[in-house]
Amino acid sequence: MTEAEVDTRIRALIEPFNKKGVEITDSTTFQNDLEFDSLTVMDFVAEIEDEFDIIISMNQQAEIENYGQLVSAVHKLQAAS
Amino acid sequence: MSEGIAQQDQLVEHEGGTKDLFSKFDDIIQTRETLLASGVEDPYNLVMEKVLSPTRAICNGRDTILLGTYNYMGMTFDPDVLDAGKQALADYGSGTTGSRVLNGTYQGHKECEDALKEFYGMDSAMVFSTGYQANLGIISTIAGKGDYVVLDIDSHASIYDGCAMGNAEIVPFRHNDIEAMEKRLKRIPEDAGKLVILEGVYSMLGDVAPLKEMVAIAKKYGAMVLVDEAHSMGFIGENGRGVCEEQGVIDDVDFIIGTFSKSVGTVGGFCVSNHPKFDIMRLVCRPYVFTASLPPSVVATAATSIRKLMHGSNKRAHLWENSKTLHKGLVDLGFEIGTDEPQSAIIAVIMPDLQRGAIMWEALLKEGLYVNLARPPATPANMTLLRCSLCAEHSAEEVQTILQMFERAGKAVGILES
Repeated sequence: MTEAEVDTRIRALIEPFNKKGVEITDSTTFQNDLEFDSLTVMDFVAEIEDEFDIIISMNQQAEIENYGQLVSAVHKLQAAS
Repeated sequence: MSEGIAQQDQLVEHEGGTKDLFSKFDDIIQTRETLLASGVEDPYNLVMEKVLSPTRAICNGRDTILLGTYNYMGMTFDPDVLDAGKQALADYGSGTTGSRVLNGTYQGHKECEDALKEFYGMDSAMVFSTGYQANLGIISTIAGKGDYVVLDIDSHASIYDGCAMGNAEIVPFRHNDIEAMEKRLKRIPEDAGKLVILEGVYSMLGDVAPLKEMVAIAKKYGAMVLVDEAHSMGFIGENGRGVCEEQGVIDDVDFIIGTFSKSVGTVGGFCVSNHPKFDIMRLVCRPYVFTASLPPSVVATAATSIRKLMHGSNKRAHLWENSKTLHKGLVDLGFEIGTDEPQSAIIAVIMPDLQRGAIMWEALLKEGLYVNLARPPATPANMTLLRCSLCAEHSAEEVQTILQMFERAGKAVGILES
């Protein structure tokens, strides 16, 4: 899967979590821009994990602050699995 | 405690404060100040001036029924337990002043470990200075870099801290969700070391884990299983061994972690196991090695209490009665409870928000009832809870009195319709 395809699929997944309809760019942060709390993060991560059949451990999650980092991390993880 | 995915609070500048390393706590300071400014008694600064029994104390000057301790089996004033402690204090002194692996293992520590082995019917037992250290020590030592820990998102802080210290890959799953757990185990590389961590009773809502199913799945994927039975020891299961015993999976569990600060009635932590190499933990587990061992009086009271808990079936039956009566009574009054049925000695009353939770907590305290006010981030789903934990020494009449107090306080503060 190309990074662009990963991007498209994550963009669809994020929609129901983007309650305020914030415009998503690579630099959009989950905590400040999207205002995800810890529960939302867990649900969102679980959706992505199921969609791509990967694990994003909490250690990896700690390194991911914005949307662009997430797409690139998921792209790498699904390629490796 | 659900600190699953902790998020750093944003820095907020407060009046008169210069930015330094403490600035990261400004939001918490602000929340606390706002709460106290409303005039409510500080829920986290209660002093018990006198303790009258396992279920009664003088709190902030008032005679109070204790419904927010972990003294489930009411062992803290048991005459045999007290005698054992006094004797050990006289015979062995006030403290060991040393590590378990150097000068800190006395006869009493061995006797305490023997009592645990007998209580659980297991080959090995290791006593730590606290329950927190037992989780911290065992988890961080066995799950290292490159290993995977699969755990319930609502796991206690000591479990998360053990994970962080051990540097393993941490993979949480939705609370008590069997399918979510299996999906994650399935995705972990087959040859990687795997540890599944579960709790018998989750302390915030007092709900029980489906250990029967979860332990079977963990074994299917070749994972070792650690179960924290802190809130079930002494009470749940025919012999009080916990939810593992109740659900018939104790033989498939690799490690049981527990504490002396709940049903046992003192302080300390432990791990029991049948693993043939378990004893090496004593040399490689840093939170065991690099701290002083428990005082002789503490291990003597613990050993005596553990042996008495083996024969506590009458107390266990009465505690179940208390739990059922309180749960039903609170539901009938119109309170929202964390579990549909009573599953443990913890009954969690859900409050609409922190502010009203604190007001209700204070109203109960003024009625003469102490419960725990639990709030995020310790609670799941950002809930504010009034956590009631029952004791086998609460009489049936006391439980009725408690219900009347809840009714009066609930109506006075408008949580219940009057």
